[in-house]
Amino acid sequence: MSQVQPPRETTATPPDALQPVLTGLRERFGQAEPQVTGHRGEVTVELDRAHLVDVATWLRDDPAARFRHLSDLSGTDYPDRPDRLCVDYHLYSLEHNVRLRLKVRVTVEDPHVPSVTGVWPTANFHEREVYDFFGVRFDGHPNLVRILMPEDWKGYPQRKDYPLGGVDVDYHGAHVPPPDTRRYKGGWTST
Amino acid sequence: MGTGSGLEKLPGGILVTTVEKLANWARKGSLWPATFGLACCAIEMMATGAGRYDLARFGMEVFRASPRQADLMIVAGRVSQKMAPVLRTIYDQMPEPKWVISMGVCATSGGMFNNYAIVQGVDQIVPVDMYVPGCPPRPELLMDGIIRLHEKIKKGEPRSKLVLQEA
Amino acid sequence: MSEILRDHADEATRDVPQEAPEPGRPSTSQPVDQAVVRPGEALDLPPAAAAEHVTLNQRRARQVVAMGGGDWAEVTARADAEGDDDLMVINMGPQHPATHGVLRLVVELRGEEVVKLEPVIGYLHTGIEKSIEFRTWVQGVTFVTRMDYLSPIFNETAYCLAVEKLLGVEPPRRARALRVLLMELNRVASHLVWLATTGLELGALSVMLYGFREREEILDILEDVTGLRMNHAWVRPAGVVQDLPDGTEDKIRRFVRDMRAKADEYETLLTNNPIWLERTRGIGHLSQDRLIELGVTGPMLRASGLAHDLRKAEPYSGYEQYDFEVPTATGSDVYARYQVRLAEMRQSLRIVEQVLDSLPGGPVMIEDPKVGWPARLALGPDGLGNSPAHVNHIMGESMEALIHHFKMVTEGFKVPAGEVYVTVESPRGELGYHVVSDGSNLPYRVHVRDPSFVNLQTGGPMAEGLLVADVIAAMSSIDPVLGGVDR
Repeated sequence: MSQVQPPRETTATPPDALQPVLTGLRERFGQAEPQVTGHRGEVTVELDRAHLVDVATWLRDDPAARFRHLSDLSGTDYPDRPDRLCVDYHLYSLEHNVRLRLKVRVTVEDPHVPSVTGVWPTANFHEREVYDFFGVRFDGHPNLVRILMPEDWKGYPQRKDYPLGGVDVDYHGAHVPPPDTRRYKGGWTST
Repeated sequence: MGTGSGLEKLPGGILVTTVEKLANWARKGSLWPATFGLACCAIEMMATGAGRYDLARFGMEVFRASPRQADLMIVAGRVSQKMAPVLRTIYDQMPEPKWVISMGVCATSGGMFNNYAIVQGVDQIVPVDMYVPGCPPRPELLMDGIIRLHEKIKKGEPRSKLVLQEA
Repeated sequence: MSEILRDHADEATRDVPQEAPEPGRPSTSQPVDQAVVRPGEALDLPPAAAAEHVTLNQRRARQVVAMGGGDWAEVTARADAEGDDDLMVINMGPQHPATHGVLRLVVELRGEEVVKLEPVIGYLHTGIEKSIEFRTWVQGVTFVTRMDYLSPIFNETAYCLAVEKLLGVEPPRRARALRVLLMELNRVASHLVWLATTGLELGALSVMLYGFREREEILDILEDVTGLRMNHAWVRPAGVVQDLPDGTEDKIRRFVRDMRAKADEYETLLTNNPIWLERTRGIGHLSQDRLIELGVTGPMLRASGLAHDLRKAEPYSGYEQYDFEVPTATGSDVYARYQVRLAEMRQSLRIVEQVLDSLPGGPVMIEDPKVGWPARLALGPDGLGNSPAHVNHIMGESMEALIHHFKMVTEGFKVPAGEVYVTVESPRGELGYHVVSDGSNLPYRVHVRDPSFVNLQTGGPMAEGLLVADVIAAMSSIDPVLGGVDR
């Protein structure tokens, strides 16, 4: 599994509409030590899970921010890191037409993240999906059960150590193994 | 009135054969499909039933919602692990005689989705009489498959073994 | 999958092959039911198989097939406990003609009125997001296009925009314009399917046939341009794969003219139709605040009065050059959503005409050899196959070009590490792609924010207090496409 390098800081200054938000964030939640990074014009704020709900509520209600719309809540698995499960919250402000990403990382041994369904009710299905595929438990979710896999499925399919599954295919004498054994990741010439 | 030429048997033979042929012709002439559209193939199936590629000319425009009233199940689309028991239940609810067309490569063999989530071929769950490849198959291709199935029915070819052995 | 037909006396848990995941698990080539006949195969079964077969029948006779959805017992128990004799729990779907795809609705009814509705999804889960992690960046297009199968061009474009953002490249101007052209045609096609299926579900069967008739025209155009009627895989990172063939422009203009007349026909048929009004006015109302809380975007949100359209708010692919309106309505019910979608079809036709009028010349794929699709699929003078100049170059002239071609096609390009979130306005709402790259030639993570997945959460709030027939209308006004919901 190749190392996932952190993105380079390609935006020195965030978009204008986000400046008051980031300033306010640092002032109000300075003790939470949010880490702000930027890449390709997008700003990411990485937080500890303990402060997630407070920051989320502030981002939703503060007039300079007004991130009323939670666009997406997605999970990613970075097995190289100790805190391998990463939950991303993509926020959008209808008033100011600006986007922000919040990031929370947890470990597999303690995969608990407070639920933001109290802040954005749309997170209901999204959190169920991240639970279904990554095993992150969202504390405070009204109905945390699997949503896309059958309810009694074992395992968390989109973690990197869960196999893709699939069968070998034999066709007219040619043997095609399942996709996760076929392709050489990294290319033909490894450097 | 010959002897030993089988003429005694002839009237009976003709009658039974004619009834069978009539039954087969009637079965193929109004084969009512049960709606089992799952994914992209379902849209092409709907397009086949719509105005341009008219399935009504083959007596098949009534897609029966209830499997109890249907003869044909066109499995149109990818069958996921969660959907597989439902597929079997719907198939079991259909009365005899019944046929299954597996439409598209996902239903036939899992298609491009060779992974944990998709059943690799719907023939692992229900016996299939006609496989129609394509991703999705054009309406004309689906109709070709349906017409071949009609020929199969008309000839009275036996359906899949699972069904026969049950009887 | 004979595990499906299990006997409950044997084990309590479901024996799925992935229960203890082992990498390198042997293939599941165990003999399946011998009962499957391939055409032309002999009928005689060897005795052993026949014996197995009897066992199978016996087993099946004694068993109960679990339908999935372990909440069923809970729901019925709760209904019983409340002691309310009128409370019924019924199950609609997943196989049901009046749901857009394999959607299951667990509905608690008191008499005819809905007390609670819960959508159960996952019956079309395909594992697309995980499958993409094992394919190259270009191959990912073929997977994402099958998610929301009624608007494949939108899926492809959003994915390619995300990849381009990560790469830091821009496709040529002509490619951008062509993407807009096909996206708007696809929007019309998708709204036509919505109109057709909604009409079918509400009983207006002729609308079904009209909608599909118009859609066939669009599919003809799409087939001319991309080669396929659906699931095109035409938009690729940093461009599109083929230019418009000759004569397409006239075809599209003729279609736009005809479609305007047909849209008038639909309005005449439905907009002031008393039956249509009875069945759609006041049904499925949700306030704007509730919609925003639930994360709803697209025509559902615009039908509540908020003119939010990502094509205007965050223009992509050259949308800022085109002049169009964002239709809204104020009723926020099924009728308002119908009005919005019909108006959107007209606006899309406007955009299509403007694109054709202002279509720039030039290439349709980026020239950068490290990214652009290498086969140079320009037709040769004989009308067949790849450009002979390119083939001649790689086969006859330059070894490096051959190696490069080979590597590009099999291994693909590498995308710099990082993550982006890119959105487009699909016919159902905000379609977002969260793409993470680790610097290699395979995507690290592609997560799709599908609008139908989010919009489906309105099913429960909308349905409370409605009659069963109105539930059908309300669910259909969400316009869910279960391929996108379940991915």
